[in-house]
Amino acid sequence: MEKDLKPVIQVKNVNKSFGENHVLRDFSMEVLPGENLVILGKSGSGKSVLIKCIINLIQPDSGQIIVLDHDINELDQDELDRLRAKVGFLFQSNALYDSMTVRENLEFPLRIHWTKEERAKNAENAVKEALEDVGLAHTVNMMPSELSGGMRKRIALARALILNPSVILYDEPTTGLDPITAREISELMMEVQKKYNATSVIISHDLNCIRITSNRVIMLIDGRCYADDTFENLRLSKDPKIREFFD
Amino acid sequence: MKLNFPNIEKNQFLNEIGDISRFTARFFREVSKPKQEYREFINQCYWIGYKTLTLVGITAFIMGLVLTIQSRPTLVEFGAESYLPSMVSVSLIREIAPVITALICAGKIGSGMGAELGSMRVTEQIDAMEVSGTNPFKYLVVTRVMAATLMVPVLSSLANAISLYGGYLGVNIRGQVSWHLYWFQVFGVLDFSDMLPSLVKTFFFGFAIGIIGTYKGYNSTKGTEGVGRSATTAVIVASLLVFIIDLIAVQITDILGLT
Repeated sequence: MEKDLKPVIQVKNVNKSFGENHVLRDFSMEVLPGENLVILGKSGSGKSVLIKCIINLIQPDSGQIIVLDHDINELDQDELDRLRAKVGFLFQSNALYDSMTVRENLEFPLRIHWTKEERAKNAENAVKEALEDVGLAHTVNMMPSELSGGMRKRIALARALILNPSVILYDEPTTGLDPITAREISELMMEVQKKYNATSVIISHDLNCIRITSNRVIMLIDGRCYADDTFENLRLSKDPKIREFFD
Repeated sequence: MKLNFPNIEKNQFLNEIGDISRFTARFFREVSKPKQEYREFINQCYWIGYKTLTLVGITAFIMGLVLTIQSRPTLVEFGAESYLPSMVSVSLIREIAPVITALICAGKIGSGMGAELGSMRVTEQIDAMEVSGTNPFKYLVVTRVMAATLMVPVLSSLANAISLYGGYLGVNIRGQVSWHLYWFQVFGVLDFSDMLPSLVKTFFFGFAIGIIGTYKGYNSTKGTEGVGRSATTAVIVASLLVFIIDLIAVQITDILGLT
């Protein structure tokens, strides 16, 4: 990565606690355009809290978060909604709306960000294209309950892509999937990253997924950035705390 | 270390009251803002109103029938059998039909809202809605509370009519009262002061059921266990509130001289 590129995401000295549990301690990081950054850490280490702070689903206690040149703490609700349209979020649990079909799930973000005319003209094609990108065009009228775990993950990814986001946040994208499906999802993430030229932040502790997807890995330990390097360099590290993840 | 359990429970209770008050205040703020989710509101009216109609109708019919059959022996004992339609209709319209309808709605609608929103909360669907730019409070809470506030009075009015019809059949099981005479007696004894307070309080019943059901679901935590707890407590609190509102309504009606 070139050093003079302007970061897409900047997290500066962020702290977040839940009661006595200090999840993030003076945490800082930057994500450059087109980068695939993986945040690696144990369960409960604050990875999901960090990614939710980036999209302002959780407000940090202190510190600054800048996404696509916007300080998210200074945005009003309309500005935040407009920014969120440029950020796709793949939830750990997929978060597909149970009561809606696949089509309605994918169209849901459009109802806010597109006008009625735009929806009438382009929604059908947008849904079709997003589903084709994840290889599930035939599921358009199915309910989420009729889909397998891997299919639901793909549909959730299609929904995250529907607004052509500049940034995609993945919260443990391969958790709960068998190794083959997990690999397929990791490869799919790479494909969409290339097609949409998006910057990705991936929360994961699945080493295969990290190996396939990452340009850079940040290791989160005790709420702090413990290491920041490539997957290969971390894999070869002799630091006992880093070795815990690879052994 | 000294543990003082009653104080802990008292604080939790007061905190809960405070949270529900803030939730209700937010409801009024969101209602007053433009851009309402009319489509979802209509959808919820269908689910709350139409889908509860059969249950309410059957219950109301049995209620009218049973009340009439049970009341007959006492009236016969006093030689006042001819007052049966009048007595049953006043009991049904003023009190029994609205309260039983509200309790059925608290059970079906309250638990449904608690479970649905609770499940959406723990599976991050509410977060997904927020990320997509939709205001989840407006989309999920405002529409459901408004639909419950509107539909419970409609269901209660239908329950009134169906229970009176049940009463007619009840009267005729062991007696002989013509269709015209029955309704003549029913409407002869009912007046404005019976109908209006009964209708007005059902709006409050509906509002309370909607607020409690959505509050419990929207603030659900602790996974599937929390969803179950949200559904159960929504029914308990909403049912309790129905009785409290009924008590207050009776007092107000009494003070206003509408008894």
